[in-house]
Amino acid sequence: MPDDRTNPENRPSPDALLEHAEREGRGRLRIFLGAAPGVGKTYEMLMAGRARLADGIDVVIGVVETHGRKETQALVDGYEVIPRREVEYRGRTLDEMDIDAILKRHPALVLVDELAHTNAPGSRHPKRYLDVQEILTRGIDVYTTLNIQHVESLNDVVAQITRVRVRETVPDSIIDRADDIEVIDLTPNDLIKRLHEGKVYFPQTAQRAIENYFSPGNLTALRELALRRTAQRVDEQLLSHMQSHAIPGPWAAGERVLVCVDSRPGGAARIRYARRLADRLRAPWTALHVDTPRLAGMSEEDKDRLATNLRLAEQLGADVTTIPGQNVAQDIVRHATANNFTHIVIGRPTRSRWRELIEGSLTYDLIRNAGDISVHVISGTERNTEMPSTRVKAATEGRQFQVWPYLLATAYVAGGLAVSSVLDQFLDVRNLAIVLLLSVLTAAVTSGLWPALYACFLSALGFNYFFLEPRYTLTIRDPESIVAFAVFLVVAVIASNLTARVQRQVVAARSRARATEDIYSFSKKLAGAGTLDDVLWATAFQIASMLKVRVVLLLPENGAITVKAGYPPDDTLAEADIAAARWAWEHDRPAGRGADTLPGARRLYLPLRTGRTAVGVIGLDNDKQGPLLTPEQQRLLDALADQAAVAIERIQLVADVDRARLAAEADRLRSALLTSISHDLKTPLAAIMGAAGTLREFAPALPEEDRADLLATVLNESERLNRFIANLLDMTKIESGAMEPNYAFHYLGDVVGSALNRAHKITGEHRIETDIPPDLPMLRLDPVLFEQALFNLLDNAAKYAPPGSAIRLQSWVDNGSVILQVMDEGSGIPPDDLERIFDTFYRVRKRDQVRAGTGLGLSISRGFIEAMGGTISAANRTDRPGAIFTIKMPVPADLPDMSDARMDQTA
Amino acid sequence: MTNQNVSILIVDDEPPIRKLLRVGLGSQGYAISEAPNAKAAIELIGTETPDLILLDLGLPGMTGLELLGKWRGDGLDIPVVILSSRTDEAGIVTALELGADDYVTKPFGMNELIARIRVALRHKFQQQGEKPVFQTGDLSVDLVKRIVKVEGKEVKLSPKEYDILRILVQYAGKVLTHQFLMKQIWNDTTDVQYLRVYVRQLRQKIEKTPDQPRYIITETGVGYRLRETE
Repeated sequence: MPDDRTNPENRPSPDALLEHAEREGRGRLRIFLGAAPGVGKTYEMLMAGRARLADGIDVVIGVVETHGRKETQALVDGYEVIPRREVEYRGRTLDEMDIDAILKRHPALVLVDELAHTNAPGSRHPKRYLDVQEILTRGIDVYTTLNIQHVESLNDVVAQITRVRVRETVPDSIIDRADDIEVIDLTPNDLIKRLHEGKVYFPQTAQRAIENYFSPGNLTALRELALRRTAQRVDEQLLSHMQSHAIPGPWAAGERVLVCVDSRPGGAARIRYARRLADRLRAPWTALHVDTPRLAGMSEEDKDRLATNLRLAEQLGADVTTIPGQNVAQDIVRHATANNFTHIVIGRPTRSRWRELIEGSLTYDLIRNAGDISVHVISGTERNTEMPSTRVKAATEGRQFQVWPYLLATAYVAGGLAVSSVLDQFLDVRNLAIVLLLSVLTAAVTSGLWPALYACFLSALGFNYFFLEPRYTLTIRDPESIVAFAVFLVVAVIASNLTARVQRQVVAARSRARATEDIYSFSKKLAGAGTLDDVLWATAFQIASMLKVRVVLLLPENGAITVKAGYPPDDTLAEADIAAARWAWEHDRPAGRGADTLPGARRLYLPLRTGRTAVGVIGLDNDKQGPLLTPEQQRLLDALADQAAVAIERIQLVADVDRARLAAEADRLRSALLTSISHDLKTPLAAIMGAAGTLREFAPALPEEDRADLLATVLNESERLNRFIANLLDMTKIESGAMEPNYAFHYLGDVVGSALNRAHKITGEHRIETDIPPDLPMLRLDPVLFEQALFNLLDNAAKYAPPGSAIRLQSWVDNGSVILQVMDEGSGIPPDDLERIFDTFYRVRKRDQVRAGTGLGLSISRGFIEAMGGTISAANRTDRPGAIFTIKMPVPADLPDMSDARMDQTA
Repeated sequence: MTNQNVSILIVDDEPPIRKLLRVGLGSQGYAISEAPNAKAAIELIGTETPDLILLDLGLPGMTGLELLGKWRGDGLDIPVVILSSRTDEAGIVTALELGADDYVTKPFGMNELIARIRVALRHKFQQQGEKPVFQTGDLSVDLVKRIVKVEGKEVKLSPKEYDILRILVQYAGKVLTHQFLMKQIWNDTTDVQYLRVYVRQLRQKIEKTPDQPRYIITETGVGYRLRETE
């Protein structure tokens, strides 16, 4: 914020001073900035250097490219030139500025041409500007030249204009930190003339250059860029200068637009104008509303218009500020000055000339006081751009006549009279008026204006009747008393009026504060809500509880608008309501109860929209007849609905991103799956077809053992294919989530037995060792799934462990679980793979002689074991090489009592 | 046993499977007839009476289970061996309870199928005349004297254990569902885990390594089978 930088006591800003101090001891940098090659930067630099030479300053040339231009060459004469360093690069000799020689020579000022130059590989710095920075830190001043297209932040813009992208760029910070920038300006026509005269390039190059790069349009654009960039830099310099010298703003550091918003018609046009102005100037903009006490008595229509205008400004990207104030013109100017605004947008005066004479004119006051700030006065008759009326019939505040405030007022007056009659004994009668005044004010504070006025009347009567001579009549004899009576009445009426008004404002302020607090906590709740349901429910609940209405929220789904949430939750829609909701959604206007369209519907439907788009519809109703919401409530609803709309949009955007990511992930998996499946299906099929085909064609010619061999291939590969297909089916079962384990109590030993039985063909070349204690508790499991899980582990062990080695299955009870381990004597699992070995289609990189796995078996084992409530993990043996797979199954809590089965033993 | 006079009806909708069975079983001397669906099978049964039926569960139209149910309902007591796909344990159990004699799962080895067919045929022909002493591997069961020996040494079994072994021996080589065994022994089919407890105890007594049983084989999800070793 600019006003942070404006120190209230007009002391220099510390940041600015620090920056200034850093520059001490450094050399000064002066940049000769040009819009295009050939504008005469080098020429100007050499001229400036000559002037310094003439002043007796020690100036040398670090590097200057004359491009064969005669005038330039002539200027170099008379300078001391530091010889260039020769660099060998790919068989070519490049000459580069010799930074060491310059530093050694240590002149007061060195001229370095072409700041954006890229040094030959192997130089100290890759870029010339880095050389320049080093020279500066050694306290040597530098003059250098730069073309605008080399400035980093403008690189894209220049490329757009000229269709030539420049690779050599210089960071903006160099320009920002330069002490002086001199723009070498030449009109495009003059530059083109110089080109034709051959003063920039040799003639044949020049013609091509004119056609491509140096078109008048390009040059004009580049020239503007150069001037603007310099102007921006000058602004910053000025700002820094003013801050370090504590000069209060505004500084022309950049444009800022302030639009004044009030309740008059035509506000939308003004706001749109301000937006366009800000866009054109690339400036931030703010909508300002000055809240004066007079506005408290604003009509509901005016309040609505004000709220609508402020919302519009917010939706168009303005900061919205409301400040309290008395004199609108002064307050606006003060705010604009303090915050460094450069433009103020106001509306055309609407008051009559007579009223302006009496009350003064905001417009003229503002213009008179604005000083350096431009004031734009906009006519407010841009009818067609006004926001469409989104208003519906409003309910009136519940101001029914109530008796008790009057009874209370009567009681206060009675009390006052009682006290007065006591005081009457020793005080003058006129002093008693003060006591009665107290009663009137009490009534004003507690009960409002009308009861207070009633109390005035009552106490005046009582005062007259009881205390003014002649007592106990309503006549007054003493003229002095008449005056006292009249004064009392006037004072009482004015005081009660004032008190009641203050009281009303206090109440209004308190309810505004509560609403603000509620809105704030609502927005916090929305920010924390992670799902659409949370947001919708929070919105429905908040609106229902703050406005005392029933709420439904409708969002579009498959082209229709449907109820997504409601509070209370069990609301359903009638036919007329659905039509109204759809109309509200499609036309982005209110519909239903109290609105112009479909007023027969039970609820009022309002579109829910963000600045970008409509996101849904909100439906409201209550048990009362007539219009639903007071204007105050409508404004509150607008605020809540705005926040809810933004939150809904946010959730929907997040969901869109998530969906896209999931789809990509699923795609990746699917293609991995297809690759793997096609490989695993086709390999055995190829072997089977090849073997069978060979047998059919050449059987008579083949020796007996070859035929047997081929037949064995057919059988073995078929079995492999069969296992793979079984795995695929199992995997589908797991992936689809349709697996419902068929639980029963089983002995682990039995299941191990049947798994070993099924695997005996695969494990035929291995020794199987089992160590399953006979007294293990029964487990609750699906024997088919468990057997398959175990089978896959055995298959895996047989695949990775050498023939003749032992596969060991051991089991024990450990802390409420039954542990089953399958250990092999293979080479074990690489440590990096331990985590991923259960992943689908993951295979440990296999040694040559080992057959490829399908990458499915272990994944299925895990899927099945976990589906039955167990866990499975992989590790390596510590006693010798080999893998251990550990299955852990919980001992069931509801183990049936089978002791009677054991009893049978003794029978 | 010579198979010359034994006829088998194959009910399967897949021509390659029928061809395989025709060639494979024909080489063993069985006389083969074929039906591609339930309708053709019913017609065929009306004109001739095979000694055994191979029935595929996954027939088009009327399924194998429905066909089996109809036949058993009609009082047809020809032995039936079921051809089923894996992952259909429930279908197998239902078929066995409907009165099928045994099953093989596709894909199957021809040896396995022929063994099942032999067992089913043997039980048909030998239902009355059981041998008094059953012998397989090291296990011998004297059904008259109720003596069980392993490697020639007598093993003491509890009454329930003996009952289970006796029934398994009676139907040696044939799969017996849990339900069937429960009904035979307890006349009650709840609490299958009791059966598991007894089978486990039985294995501890007659198997050398109970975790790698040789005699009492678990047919996972279906039941038990007493394996006859050659």
